[in-house]
Amino acid sequence: MSVGIVSYGAYIPRYRIRVEEIAKVWGANPNSIVDGLMVYEKSVPDLDEDTITIAVEAARHAINRAGIDPQEIGALYTGSESHPYAVKPSSTVVAEAIGATPNLTVADFEFACKAGTAAIQTCMGMVDSGMIKLGMAIGSDVAQGAPGDALEYTAAAGGVAYVIGKKDLVANIESTYSFTTDTPDFWRREGMPYPEHGGRFTGEPGYFKHVASAAQGLMNKMGTKPSDYDYAIFHQPNGKFPMRVAKMLGFSSEQIKPGLVVTRLGNTYSGSCMMGLAATLDIAKAGDRIFMTSFGSGAGSDSFSFTVTDRIEEIRNGAPSIEKLMANPIYIDYATYARHKNKIKL
Amino acid sequence: MRDVAIIGVGCTEFGELWDKSFRELFVEAGVSAIEDANVQGGKIDALYVGNMSGGRFIEQEHLGALIADYSGLASLHIPSTRVEAACASGGLALRQGIIAVASGYHDIVIAGGAEKMTDVGVETTTDALAAASDREWEGIMGATFPGLYAMMARLHMHKYGTTQEQLASVAVKNHHNGTMNPKAQFQNEITIDTVINSVMVADPLHVFDCSPISDGASAVVIAPADIAKKYTDTPIYVKASAQASGTISLHDRPDITTIDATVAAANWAYKMAKIAPKDINFAEVHDCFTIAEICAIEDLGFVKKGEGGKAAESGLTAIGGKIPVNPSGGLKACGHPVGATGVKQAVEMVLQLRGEAGKRQIAGANIGLTHNVGGSGGTAVVHIFGRDK
Repeated sequence: MSVGIVSYGAYIPRYRIRVEEIAKVWGANPNSIVDGLMVYEKSVPDLDEDTITIAVEAARHAINRAGIDPQEIGALYTGSESHPYAVKPSSTVVAEAIGATPNLTVADFEFACKAGTAAIQTCMGMVDSGMIKLGMAIGSDVAQGAPGDALEYTAAAGGVAYVIGKKDLVANIESTYSFTTDTPDFWRREGMPYPEHGGRFTGEPGYFKHVASAAQGLMNKMGTKPSDYDYAIFHQPNGKFPMRVAKMLGFSSEQIKPGLVVTRLGNTYSGSCMMGLAATLDIAKAGDRIFMTSFGSGAGSDSFSFTVTDRIEEIRNGAPSIEKLMANPIYIDYATYARHKNKIKL
Repeated sequence: MRDVAIIGVGCTEFGELWDKSFRELFVEAGVSAIEDANVQGGKIDALYVGNMSGGRFIEQEHLGALIADYSGLASLHIPSTRVEAACASGGLALRQGIIAVASGYHDIVIAGGAEKMTDVGVETTTDALAAASDREWEGIMGATFPGLYAMMARLHMHKYGTTQEQLASVAVKNHHNGTMNPKAQFQNEITIDTVINSVMVADPLHVFDCSPISDGASAVVIAPADIAKKYTDTPIYVKASAQASGTISLHDRPDITTIDATVAAANWAYKMAKIAPKDINFAEVHDCFTIAEICAIEDLGFVKKGEGGKAAESGLTAIGGKIPVNPSGGLKACGHPVGATGVKQAVEMVLQLRGEAGKRQIAGANIGLTHNVGGSGGTAVVHIFGRDK
């Protein structure tokens, strides 16, 4: 397959709340929560930021990084589980904002935390078939965690955009493989403000089964093994899960370290492993091989195998790196966080 | 009354068994017990099944028929009866089976227990379990089982100087035993610090003082003693089966550090078996919380009242100690699928008395005792088993 990543861009809101601050409000032991999750702080959107504004920022960075002509984008898909509208697409706003309208097709995707990687696969198919020249796949979320729920410690905000095409690739996508079942481990029903989850059921039958199956499935399909890769990224609902699944599959902690952004960022849901991939591309060299597996509750995983090209050096500095986006955070207290997240209802 | 023996046992692994349904669990346990006993399906005369709350946990009642049907016995039309006494449902199902055979009413009987607790959320599970307390006086006021047993622990500490470390040492011992039980939910060692530094559930009980929420099933095959040797070289004989009731509410008891139903059932059992507590080589007791094991070994007469706290700490109740308690890992480490627990205790008895308990085998085990409690002590069931009649 001669399809791959032409450019990428990300955006992370500047505000952070520390896990200790949330734990203090709920009377929980911050050390045991930090140890249990391996997450120290999470990003929080500003008052006027939502999934769409974050997607627009990420998309603009992707356009700027490689000097993409937005009019060449034939398809744009935004994956999120926090689209501001139940009916009316986020993607039309994004496409308009980056100047890609009107000659393109757009739609919103939802598959818990893996809608963005599903969008990458859709763009791959359309590019490879010749339907479009360039496709943009975005994962963006202002994730919701109910006050006091375990997810409140990690539900973060951020977005990543990938431009998929055939020419001027920074990374070839050698192959992709998906593993999907009907497993209700996490959900949010229509009209409900916060998702619900099945506690520990989200672990073994959800995350680990799907991530491990999709990862192993792709390696079997390609005849590759963990040591063939320089880097690996697994969906990051917290710091523990990706480290454990990497070990289960035979990847080392060195391979996953550059992409493990969750510890300082929280879980950006649809942006999660796509953010880890961006952080890895920020430091990768030509010829490096990268393995990535996403996970979306409900449940499914998409695995990808990438090889980085020498074009990476040409475009790397055209947009802010993940490290730069994470630098200089503004720490806020729980009250400010509650206001930013619209948790205070008048 | 006829003498009765257990001729076969079966047990599933205990744990969060996401990929197994209720019916898969009891069929697995039942089939392995029947195979162990080398009994043909047509020989089975009756089934008794302990289950606490199928209605709340899996929205399924009428479990007697379900189990007969899915065990492939529906066409034989044998009677199948569900027995319920909260967490003592399994022990009571076992007792019903024993009575049925002892009375001469039936010959070959399967007594089993099963519970599938992880298909619902923790809040539902906790509330379903709270139905074992007095709903009008305890449950409705917000009392949960950790809360009730915490009060027992508080008073035990106050009256007898029992310490947090002594409570924790029960969990440490049972986790150690669990490492040698391939069916146990937890097979990892823990330390006193693990327990004391774990999340508080109901002061003074930390999460590691509590048995877990589990799925699992277990079953035994019961036969008249005089034909038991037709099926097995090592039948294990039932020397006593006793059941007692107490107040369902904790606050109605004269002393909440004693489960008087346990005392009554134990006294009857010892009398029936014509033995004394000192003759018991090992026991499986109802350690739903660490304090429950401490009270149990006192109420069963293994140690004096007030001295239960020291037992685990001093190694008295360890495998190799004077009176090993919960060699299976108990409810704490083995897991506590409530309806299955009382039968699993009997399975452990049979394995130990046959000498088939592997790494956790108690040397020279001849007589063992099981102790199964419903709620905070409204029901207690005590059985005594032996290699000899």
